[in-house]
Order: sequence, then structure tokens, then C-alpha cells
Amino acid sequence: MSAVFEQIFQVGFLAAIIRIATPLAFATLGEMFSERAGVLNLGIEGIMLLSAMTGFTAASLSGSLWLGVVAAVLTGMLMGALHALFTVVLGLSQHVCGIGVTLFSSGLAYFLYRLIFGQQSVPPNIKGFQTLPIPVLSDIPVLGPAVFNQFALVYMAILAIPIAAFVLYRTPWGLSVRMVGENPRAADSAGVSVIATRFQAVVLGGALMGLAGAFLSMAQFNAFTFGVVSGRGWVAIALVVFGRWDPWRSAGAALLFAFVDALQLRMQASGLGHIPYEAFLMLPFIFTIVAMAVMSRNAVAPSALLKPFRREER
Amino acid sequence: MFRLEARASTPAWFNLALPLLAIGATLVLCSGLIALAGAGVLEAYGVMFTASLGDSYAITETMVRAAPMIFTGLAVAVAFRAKFWNIGAEGQLLAGAVASCFVGAIPMPGPLAMVLMALAGAAAGAAVALVPATLRVKFKVDDVVSSLLLNSVIYYALMALIEGPWKDSFSGYPISPPIEDSANFPVLLEGTRLHLGVVVALLAAPLIWFLIVRTTLGFRIRVTGENPEAARYGGINVERVLISTALLSGALAGLAGVGEVGGVHFQVMSDISPGYGYSGIVVAMLARLNPLGVVPAAIFLAAVMTGAEAMSRATGVPAFLSDVIQGTALLAMLVALLFTAYRIRRVGAAR
Repeated sequence: MSAVFEQIFQVGFLAAIIRIATPLAFATLGEMFSERAGVLNLGIEGIMLLSAMTGFTAASLSGSLWLGVVAAVLTGMLMGALHALFTVVLGLSQHVCGIGVTLFSSGLAYFLYRLIFGQQSVPPNIKGFQTLPIPVLSDIPVLGPAVFNQFALVYMAILAIPIAAFVLYRTPWGLSVRMVGENPRAADSAGVSVIATRFQAVVLGGALMGLAGAFLSMAQFNAFTFGVVSGRGWVAIALVVFGRWDPWRSAGAALLFAFVDALQLRMQASGLGHIPYEAFLMLPFIFTIVAMAVMSRNAVAPSALLKPFRREER
Repeated sequence: MFRLEARASTPAWFNLALPLLAIGATLVLCSGLIALAGAGVLEAYGVMFTASLGDSYAITETMVRAAPMIFTGLAVAVAFRAKFWNIGAEGQLLAGAVASCFVGAIPMPGPLAMVLMALAGAAAGAAVALVPATLRVKFKVDDVVSSLLLNSVIYYALMALIEGPWKDSFSGYPISPPIEDSANFPVLLEGTRLHLGVVVALLAAPLIWFLIVRTTLGFRIRVTGENPEAARYGGINVERVLISTALLSGALAGLAGVGEVGGVHFQVMSDISPGYGYSGIVVAMLARLNPLGVVPAAIFLAAVMTGAEAMSRATGVPAFLSDVIQGTALLAMLVALLFTAYRIRRVGAAR
């Protein structure tokens, strides 16, 4: 048993956790902004997939990874705007619109990918992001190589957490977002445009989901495949609940989930042959469902979540 | 400026016209993608139409595909009526498929096998749907997220089964052993794949319609969905209604899996469902949650799926167009639904 543990907790383990957590952190922060403004975005799975595709395609055709990131972010914002148009401006059911956005974006991602790259026996790949060691900090034992010798997008995710917390809790716009998510009527009376604020929050959320997609196809897998997102978007939605709609807690939830995921990968690799590897793949999802049941007693969802706002209706 | 104004009443012809309008809008919107792929729009849609509804064989193929979507569409329609947000029809379908395959592999007389397969599949689907419903009733866990996550859990459980105990030791492929020949659903038209399950699906729709519109349980489901506070005030045990709805919804989704095992594949594999559970949401919304409307809506989506492959072969337009059409149809229908409750009114610059 101790041999198993030794193999699990190597130096590379911490680095693996952080890499797994990065797209989840982006996606969870994105979903959090949207939900804080009162809009559940079930389009996240499809938005991440389409962004992964456009990012990969732009990078592959232009040869510039950063152009790919820009394309992915713009895609995320565009699809966020689409979801906002339906749910915020038109006030349609957030559940069903989100599923519609996911079906539409995933279909579009596969359609356009096949149109651009055709049907190839080996999926095309790109030379993705390389690790970028930060001088001095990367020399810190254990922590250095794990945290400070990562992809640029990982640093962006780490920075995104305090920035998100600052924006949400310390800026006038963040206050508006929280107001329209808690009490849109009061926000409206205070002169805050509910529609505009919600729209902006969902679009910002889409941009972060785009970054999550970009990380998957340009740093983690360096290719666009059918399984490139495989449920990570759904996990992010659960992590927002688990993180109680707070940037720090949400990022912590992403880290915890990544720990469980990295653990299952190691346990698969360490040859616990009698346990099917699917049991480990299931683990994070079961863990999340159980965690939600435990956490839900004191979960504090934004009170106006799922409720459309129409000024003329009382 | 334009603005939305609440309607006092909805014209009756709207109910029929709206889905058609949504489907028309979808086809127009998606024609841009066909043009982008360098094919003729009318030609592509023409091939889709003839390949799915053009002759009697094509129609039977479309009906075979429509059957599971009728079941998942009914599952979603019933659940959404009570505002039980069951996004888990996909997992419930897979559970139904596994359970019916397990039963179907036991040698016994054919009719008995089919009945037991249906019961096992429905029970398995219901058991899966019970999880998000119980979590919502007992722990106030959001049913959307839990039913969604459960899809992944069931999928990996299925994979563990077909790559483990059920793995075909001869071929090494991850597929389950086939069910007994006697348990194969009878084919209704020789030379086609039109099986008994399709008829059962077609019969299920009016049955569920009757249940929703004419029975006490149906009434409770509708009231709970429309106004839970009023339902509670009226003496309805909302929690119990949610659990019953979940059981019914899950059982219907499970039956979709039974039909795929008994009538189409005769075994279980990883891609037994190309997302029929999610298509069920599109079907239910196109049908405006009306069980009778589920049938034409499912046939439409099935025709798109069947036709897309032929279109792809003939014109080179990627067959994924059918997925885009599904998503677009759902969004178009939602917008169309807006016009049942609101109308667009032109207003002056000053409010």
C-alpha cells in the first residue's frame, strides 16, 4: 500500500492537479459570473467544445497559438451573447435554452471541424503551448516545478481567481452583478440596468468558458477530438454550487475535483487491475453529486437565479 | 422601438402553426451551412427528404429511429410538465438497455422474455430517475445538475460492464453478449427493421396523453408544475407527485433503451444511443410538452437523422448537420413559444 501512495504523490502529481484544474477553474469562474447575475448557463458544455474547435482551427491555420486563444475567447463571448439573448433579453427558460445552446454549439463544432479538416484517419494536431518557467519562483522545491513551470494559460487561470473576486466584490459593476442576481427589482429601482448587466455577465462568463476550451485543445490535448470536453462543462456547473457562488471557493472546488481526478488517473496507472478503470472515471461525478447533497443544506444560490426579468411585469 | 406585450389569449391555430414555423425557420437558418459546404440547398434537403420519407423502406427506417425518441420525448414531456427538470433521459435509456439485455439473455419463451425485458428496462430507468428526484425532495439538490451528472455515471458503469464481465471473449470488442433469438422483437414488415417496439412507442403516446389530461395523477402533475404553492394549498403532496413523475419519466426513458436492445441491436454497446436522451428534450419542446405532439416531432428529428447520412454521401455536406438542426430547432421553438404568451407591439420613441 505504501508503494501505491509513493507512486501517487510524486512531484509531478501536484503539477498534474494544477493542469487538470486549469480548464475547470476558467469554466467554473465563467459559470459563476453568469449565475451570480441570475442566469444559469447550461450551454457551457457546448460553448467549451465550440471554443476548443475554433481555437484549435485558428491556431492550426494561422500558426499562432495566441490567435487561437483570441478566437476561442471571441467564440465563447458570441455563444454567451446568444444564450443571453434568449434568456436575458427574451426571458426564455434558462434550462432549455442552455441545452439548446449546447446542442447547437456541439453540432456546429463537429460540422465545421469536418468541413475544414475533412475525415482523416489520424486527427490533425498542433504544437501546443509549452511550459514557461518563471525565473526564481520555479526553483522553489516541489512547489516551484509544479506551480511555476506551467503553460501561460495556467498562470492566467491562477491570476483570474483574485481578479474575479476583486471584480465581483470590489467594483461597482460587480455590485450590479450581485444585485441583479439577488434582487433585480431593487437593482432596477436603484437605476441599474438589469438586462445590460446580466447580458454583460453572461458574455464575460462565455469568454472564460472560451479560455477553458482553448486550454483543452491547445495546451492539454493539442488536438480537437470528440472527447476533448467530455463532461467538464457539466462538472463546472456542479463546482459552482459546491463553491457556493464564490470565486475563491469555486476555484478551490476546481482544485479539489482536480485532485480526485488526478488521483484516479494515478490509481489507474498504478495497476489496481481488479478495479475497472471506469469506476475511477465515475468517481468525480459521484463525488460531486454526494458533495452537492451534503453542501446543499447551507448553499446560498443567488435568489433571482432562473428568474427572467421583465420591467413591466410585477 | 418594439416591445413585447402580454397576450390576453392565444389564438388556437398558433398551437399547430408554431412548431411548423420553428421547423421552417430552422431549415432556412441551416441552409447557410449547406451553402458554406458548397452544396445546393434544395438538392441537399431533397436528398434528406427522399432518403428518410421517400419510399416505404425509408419510412420504416425513420420510424425505427423515431421510436426511442418518442419514448425519451414522452419522458421529458411528462417530467417538464411537473417542472421536474429531468435532463437524465440519456442515462435512464442506457440503464434500461442494460437491464433488458440482462433479462433477454436468459433463455425463456419469447413473449415472456419481451414482457420481462420491458419491465426490467422500465424499472432500471425509473430507479435512475429516482436519484435526482429524491435528492431534490430530501436535500434540495438542483435536479438539472444531478440528473445531468448521473448520465456520465451510468455511461461509465455501462462501459465497465461491457469492457469487464460482459466483454466478448472471442472478438475482444466491448459489446455485451447478444440476447436470445427468441427475445428479439418480431419484425412487422419483412425486409425491414420495423419491429414491435415501434408500435408500442406509437401506442404509448396516446396512453401518456390520457394519463396527463384525464387522470388524477396527470392533474396533480400539471398543477405541481404550474404552481407548487397552489398545489400544496390544494392538498397535493408535491414531493410525492415529483417522485411519481420521476418514476414515470425514468420508466419511459428506460423503455427507449429496451426497444433499442430488443428491436435494433440485440445487445449493448457503447454507442447504443446517439444522444436520444438529449434529443428527447428537443422532441418534447417541439411538441410543446403535449404527448400527442411527441410523435410527429420525433418523426421529424428521426427523418433529419436518417436523411443526413444520405445527404452527406450525395453532397459532401457533413452529416453533423443533423445535430446542428436539432439544436437550432430547439432554440427556434423556444422563440416561437414566446409568441404564444406575447406579441410584438410597435411603440413610439417615448415610453
